[in-house]
Amino acid sequence: MRKRQQLGETVIHGIFLLLGLITVGCVLLITVYLVLSGIPAIRRIGLFDFLLGDTWASTAASPSFGILPFILTSVYGTAGAILFGVPVGFLTAVYLAKLAPPRVKAVAEGAVSLLAGVPSVVYGLVGMLVLAPGVRKLFHVPDGSSLLSAIVVLAVMILPSIIKVSVTALEAVPPEYEDASLALGAAPVETYFRVSVPAARSGIAAAVVLGVGRAIGEAMAVMMVSGNVPNMPSLFQSVRFLTTAVASEMAYSSGLQRQALFSIALVLYLFVLLINAALNFFLKRDKEG
Amino acid sequence: MKKIQKWMGVALAAALSVTALTGCSQQAKTSGTVAADGSTSMEKVIGALGEAFQNENSGVTFTYNPTGSGSGIQAVQEGRCDIGLSSRDLKDEEKASGLTATVLALDGIAVIVHPDNPVSDLDVDAIARLYTGEITNWKDVGGNDASVVLIGREAGSGTRDGFESITGTAEQCQYRQELTSAGDVVTAVSQNPDAIGYASLSNLSDSVKALSVEGAAPSEETVKDGSYPIQRPFVLVTKTDAPLSGAAQAFFDFATSADAAPLIAKAGAVAVH
Repeated sequence: MRKRQQLGETVIHGIFLLLGLITVGCVLLITVYLVLSGIPAIRRIGLFDFLLGDTWASTAASPSFGILPFILTSVYGTAGAILFGVPVGFLTAVYLAKLAPPRVKAVAEGAVSLLAGVPSVVYGLVGMLVLAPGVRKLFHVPDGSSLLSAIVVLAVMILPSIIKVSVTALEAVPPEYEDASLALGAAPVETYFRVSVPAARSGIAAAVVLGVGRAIGEAMAVMMVSGNVPNMPSLFQSVRFLTTAVASEMAYSSGLQRQALFSIALVLYLFVLLINAALNFFLKRDKEG
Repeated sequence: MKKIQKWMGVALAAALSVTALTGCSQQAKTSGTVAADGSTSMEKVIGALGEAFQNENSGVTFTYNPTGSGSGIQAVQEGRCDIGLSSRDLKDEEKASGLTATVLALDGIAVIVHPDNPVSDLDVDAIARLYTGEITNWKDVGGNDASVVLIGREAGSGTRDGFESITGTAEQCQYRQELTSAGDVVTAVSQNPDAIGYASLSNLSDSVKALSVEGAAPSEETVKDGSYPIQRPFVLVTKTDAPLSGAAQAFFDFATSADAAPLIAKAGAVAVH
């Protein structure tokens, strides 16, 4: 009887292990595939020419494959999105977690969830039809599809992740901390910013990192509002991100061009790995602290 | 690697059995699958043809994979599809690798501007000088005093290749935007009064104005008689030395027959057969 039970346990253990390994297997497969298909082009182009070259002309008669414009655009675009998105998201989170009346909170959290669920192509479409013409008129530039438009779209897109994770972190702060602060005579807002926020800071940092991850990986929405020309980044100039560089040329590419696109994907993947490592670092510190 | 070979073996066996089946039933009725792969610009044309062909031959499954001209040509080469679709002529090296091109239809590439733009006719040279950045203000070609916003397609697109090779602007275009679909180009141009873009005749809508080029407005007649200069071929790509399967050959014959012409016309291109 006991033997049978043990056998059952072992079988179930095995099934769970197998299912768990599927996820790990997928990640490994993607990593190995990306590295294998990304390395050849880098070796042919040369690491320095590839990473630090400032001209991308993949279909030219004498092609050049420099992805520095894409790297810088992705970095600037993400930084810009954080610059706009984090203050708004952070303050919204403080309001929702600590100050908002329950009804307002319910409605606002519903809206935030909805914002998270909007498909990125819809962000792109609205950006194309409303934001880009708006930027064009507002700043009197010839065309509104630019780094600035992409930054605005990305800033809105990362709001949900920042708000949700920050609210969770703020709500997890033990009420005793706040009660003690209030009992000592601190005003409520003072308490929230001096006590609650510092106590939740690793969670909030994780929220920001999550936002960075979302912003750097987004392709569809920025493709529709950024103009998509491989220029060196400048606020009102048409630019191309790492993601859109892969997405926009993949369909028609061949030969070294296609291999180079895989190399771009590999670079992007390394960026995302770095960001994930940062996220793990913050979350771990949260658990320990 | 061994695993891939094994799978390819299985796929090959499946493909062989399909051809064997079609071989038997060819006298009675065409059946099997026809896989077409390639140019996104040919979507409307090939979609209409595939649908009509399937209606006439109930046993046939027609699939179309809109991947782009380059991918379509590669797919035929690797035997992943029966017929490749290309919206440009085959390059010499592609022909040398054992591929045959059959022109199915002609497609006019319309040059489009915002409806409010006073310019309505340009010659190919002026279009080329606009796109290479030699002319940067609309007033130099009879328009408003506003800088020109050049909108085009991404590198590798058949429409871009067609446009640049016809206007002689390959690798010199100073694009402000490179978009990945004809629909996006039309939308972007309709949103900016100073924009100029290009798209297939079949993608035009009322939200933009198509320029006439050297006096010829882009239309079916002007493309067919050759008076509209910016046009390109829609090509069916097949392997030169390997015969098509029964179903694929039937589709090929149908697409290049006179019966298909009205369908092609309805889809916005100009049939040549």
